[in-house]
Amino acid sequence: MIPSTLEYTKATSIDEAIAAVQAGARPLAGGQSLVPMMRLRLAAPGAVVDLGGVAELVGVCEDGDEIAVGAMTTHRAVAADPLIGEHCRLVAQAASGVGSLVIRSRGTIGGSLAHADPHGDLPAAILAAGGSVVARGPGGERRIEIGDLVTSYLTTSLADDEIITQVRLPKGNAQSAYAKFHRRAIDWSIVGVGVAIGADGVRAAATGVADRPTRLAGFEAAVNGGGSIAEAAAAAGEGLDPTSDLDGSAEYKRHLVGVLAQRAYLEAQG
Amino acid sequence: MATVERKTGGGIGEAVLRKEDRKFVTGEGRYVDDLRLPGMLHAVFVRSPFGHARITGIDTAAAEALPGVHRVLTHATLPAETGVLCASNPPGSDVRQPEQPLLARDEVRYVGEPVAIVIADDRYLARDGADLVHVDYDPLPVVCDAEAALADGAPLVHSEYPDNAAATLFHETDGFAEALAGAARTVELRVVNQRVTPMPMETRGCIGDWQQSTGEVTLHTSTQVAHFVRTFISFVCGTSEAKVRVVTPDVGGGFGAKLNTYREEFAVCSASRVLGVPVKWIEDRSENAVATIHGRDQIQYYTAGVDESGRIVALKLEAFQNNGAYHQLLTPTISHLTVFMVPGCYDIQNISIRMRQAFTNTTPTDAYRGAGRPEATHGIERLMDAIADDLGLDPAEVRRVNFIKPEQFPYSSSTGLVYDSGDYDTTLDEALRLADYAGFAARRAASEANGRYRGIGLSTYVEVCGLAPSAVTAAIGVGAPGWEHSTVRLHPTGKATVITGTSPHGQGHATSWSQIVQTELGVPFEDVEVIHGDTAFQPYGLGTYGSRSLAVGGVALYRSLGKVREKAREIAANLLECSVDDLEWTGSSWQVKGSPDRAKTIQELAGAAWAASSMPEGVEPVLEATTFHDPPNFTFPFGTHVCEVEIDPDTGRVEIVNYTAVDDCGNVINPMIVDGQVHGGIIQGLGQALYEETVYGEDGQMLTPTLVEYLVPSAADVPPMTLARTTTPSPSNPMGVKGIGEAGTIAASAAIVNAAVDALSGLGVRHLEMPMQPARIWNVIQEATS
Ligand SMILES: Cc1cc2nc3c(=O)[nH]c(=O)nc-3n(C[C@H](O)[C@H](O)[C@H](O)COP(=O)(O)OP(=O)(O)OC[C@H]3O[C@@H](n4cnc5c(N)ncnc54)[C@H](O)[C@@H]3O)c2cc1C
Repeated sequence: MIPSTLEYTKATSIDEAIAAVQAGARPLAGGQSLVPMMRLRLAAPGAVVDLGGVAELVGVCEDGDEIAVGAMTTHRAVAADPLIGEHCRLVAQAASGVGSLVIRSRGTIGGSLAHADPHGDLPAAILAAGGSVVARGPGGERRIEIGDLVTSYLTTSLADDEIITQVRLPKGNAQSAYAKFHRRAIDWSIVGVGVAIGADGVRAAATGVADRPTRLAGFEAAVNGGGSIAEAAAAAGEGLDPTSDLDGSAEYKRHLVGVLAQRAYLEAQG
Repeated sequence: MATVERKTGGGIGEAVLRKEDRKFVTGEGRYVDDLRLPGMLHAVFVRSPFGHARITGIDTAAAEALPGVHRVLTHATLPAETGVLCASNPPGSDVRQPEQPLLARDEVRYVGEPVAIVIADDRYLARDGADLVHVDYDPLPVVCDAEAALADGAPLVHSEYPDNAAATLFHETDGFAEALAGAARTVELRVVNQRVTPMPMETRGCIGDWQQSTGEVTLHTSTQVAHFVRTFISFVCGTSEAKVRVVTPDVGGGFGAKLNTYREEFAVCSASRVLGVPVKWIEDRSENAVATIHGRDQIQYYTAGVDESGRIVALKLEAFQNNGAYHQLLTPTISHLTVFMVPGCYDIQNISIRMRQAFTNTTPTDAYRGAGRPEATHGIERLMDAIADDLGLDPAEVRRVNFIKPEQFPYSSSTGLVYDSGDYDTTLDEALRLADYAGFAARRAASEANGRYRGIGLSTYVEVCGLAPSAVTAAIGVGAPGWEHSTVRLHPTGKATVITGTSPHGQGHATSWSQIVQTELGVPFEDVEVIHGDTAFQPYGLGTYGSRSLAVGGVALYRSLGKVREKAREIAANLLECSVDDLEWTGSSWQVKGSPDRAKTIQELAGAAWAASSMPEGVEPVLEATTFHDPPNFTFPFGTHVCEVEIDPDTGRVEIVNYTAVDDCGNVINPMIVDGQVHGGIIQGLGQALYEETVYGEDGQMLTPTLVEYLVPSAADVPPMTLARTTTPSPSNPMGVKGIGEAGTIAASAAIVNAAVDALSGLGVRHLEMPMQPARIWNVIQEATS
């Protein structure tokens, strides 16, 4: 639990941060995933650039039919934000269930997406919401849909010199919910499911069932095709191949996906 | 700043706030890691990544070339007279004591076994250096399970022991076989008490400081047993015990994990000897998971012969204890304590117990809160429910017909203990009343209407604590006595210093000891300072473990206070010009009987004793007294815990909805501290029942090395608890106290598991193993309903 030597700088603007990243530094957001990895020596960046001083990366505002969330906005702020609560409830709920208050007060929405933990709650919730990120590098900005951002276990399609500046959440997800199943209050999800009932149908996505957040095609097809919620729940685990581990067997996790999808759906309906 | 106000006085029986807490909550506690000695270097251990392997070479050159690294020591270069010593040799057990060198010589036998020490300017550099130490390993086959280790053809942990047998305890009463054969029916049950990790908030840590010129060595270490450590340092490091000083600063939790002497404690002393400067080592959390002892890990096969009323006429236990790769301080004794407590609070005369202890390729097990008694209680309490289930009886009734009755005390158990006092029916009645046992059926119906299973479970326990009469520790092969020391010193101003051989790591000794002084000597609570944990200031003491501090150390204090009071009486008589028989004690002064105006307060007498100008003939100056108290018997706290759970059939989650504990620990010094011990104890039992398990894979790798996999309950996971007490004083000591440090842990797991089994009993479920994680329970429900 002793990290190796590293250089630390603190950026005060996005440009400064990008310059540092270009020079090889690793972005440090809330540190709730990066620091534990460094302490376990699973990560040993020679340099980190702290994004904590970049004011333009923090905050939530309305932008047309989207909500723009600064990458450095904490889980705690996301959970309490009235705009997100009104238009994208499942994301606020997912944020409110992250770890403990201490972790929510430091961990960030951008950090969660960039870290891409296969048990992370935010990636699945934002995938169900149909959200995306704005990534900026030396060459400028681009949009990446969440489904294209996370490519594998702890891996994203961000270029080495890009950082996430914003998360964009579409409005129209007022009827939505995120259901999480975990053991202790502080724990990561064994499985979590976000469900959003939008104008063009129901979208559902799960965490904890693959190397990345995963749309629940079976559930969506059943419920959008007029099936009962029980039928949809039974179909939710279709095509999923979660790993069996100390948290439970693949079969158990597939079953949980159905239970949680049903709970989230009923809650979203209100 | 507002000061904390005491709600009540400071005497025995009052829920006074803990005087030590201000220091801890304001960050003024001083732990080993807060200490910085001049010239101090930092050590990091290189540890085995294999469960079992031969070491074919160690190359330290790259590490030693790293700037800031001073030295890399291995078995070949670290001086030591001997390896880690075990102080436990149960007679008749054929116990084997494998050599446990401070650093592995040519073989490693568990993941985490230390192989080399890197010593550098700081911890970070030392850790970098550790990454550069190249060790060549030839992996060997591993075995991690006790039963598997004792089976024919198992891989050998120590090649010199061809059966992996570490020790075997056997105890059988005359006529057992006939009694079992004559039983109306038999009930069998297999119970696994899984391996857990003590996980104190403060990990271990130590600083060795060897004085080259004098050969004196000071070890600052986070321990429960400073004096044991001192004696063992003298053996292992090869120096006079009188030259060894062990200092225990504040200790952030122990739970038995620090009732030990470890390789690292010896190694930092020897490393300091080699390098000529102090050497500090602070265990990190991941290291703690593999390098500090584990607890439990016992597999039990019960056979009970019962009559139609559920009374046990004969009880047999065949058990397997996983000792790990080596014997730590008391490893072979822990399951011996299980053997003693197999009958629990029941009058079981015919008994047969075989405890087979095995070596495996795992971290050694040793004392963990309850130490052997939780295993016994969990087993017998599960068995009671299995008997009730088998006979279709109420579990409370089965317990009642088996209870030892109040008139049977002192009670000689079939395992050789003499239970001091008890009234088991009363705690059971009270617990059932508080838990509304009678109203359970209605609550179950309401839960079922909501699609949830509901169950209620009991655990009626007795435990043996107040360790221990020295003659008994000797008889059971523990190489240490069980007495305790106290010194009481009154200063000229009348303030008191208490020196105690027990040494707190969260228990609140400073508070409880001050309360005893106030009541017994009349020196106010706030005028008492308690000193502990430094072998330079203390006569020999044994330490804090086995719920012994109050029942042995507190009684030692009580006796010293009595000596001081009697000495003060002689001085008072001299000053008041009367005979000692004319004086009566008011609680804080000696006065001439019936004449309040002719009195001397204890403070006045302390001043007079110090001034020594008018002392009675033959009385020495200064009010000071010392006692070494060897208890005549153990103490036996008992009680009933009742747990109620709901189970979600969709997820398998077990949720505790009610928890009631009625404990009897004899007389109580501070009810708030006792409640705190019960709360904490229950939470540790709850952790084992629901969350915690230290898991090894087939290859000997630990699968639960961080707090992401090893789940310790937090405050948010703790249900509401209702606590109550009955009071049955112990006749074994003048204070009538017993001990409460471990009772909660000993009782809790069985109550919780019994409740969950009861919840699923309608499905035909008869037993559940721990931890009852959702996936396991869901699987059981699936199997039972398919
Ligand atoms: C005990 C504990 C429990 C937790 N429980 C949960 C839980 O239940 N659910 C859950 O979802 N999460 C949980 N987390 C993780 C938490 O959500 C973290 O906050 C999150 O994973 C990472 O966010 P961070 O801001 O801390 O990022 P950091 O740890 O600082 O960084 C994580 C990674 O993202 C990169 N990064 C950070 N910001 C950016 C950016 N703007 N652009 C590009 N790359 C960036 C970093 O370089 C690093 O690789 C838990 C963490 C802990 C310690």
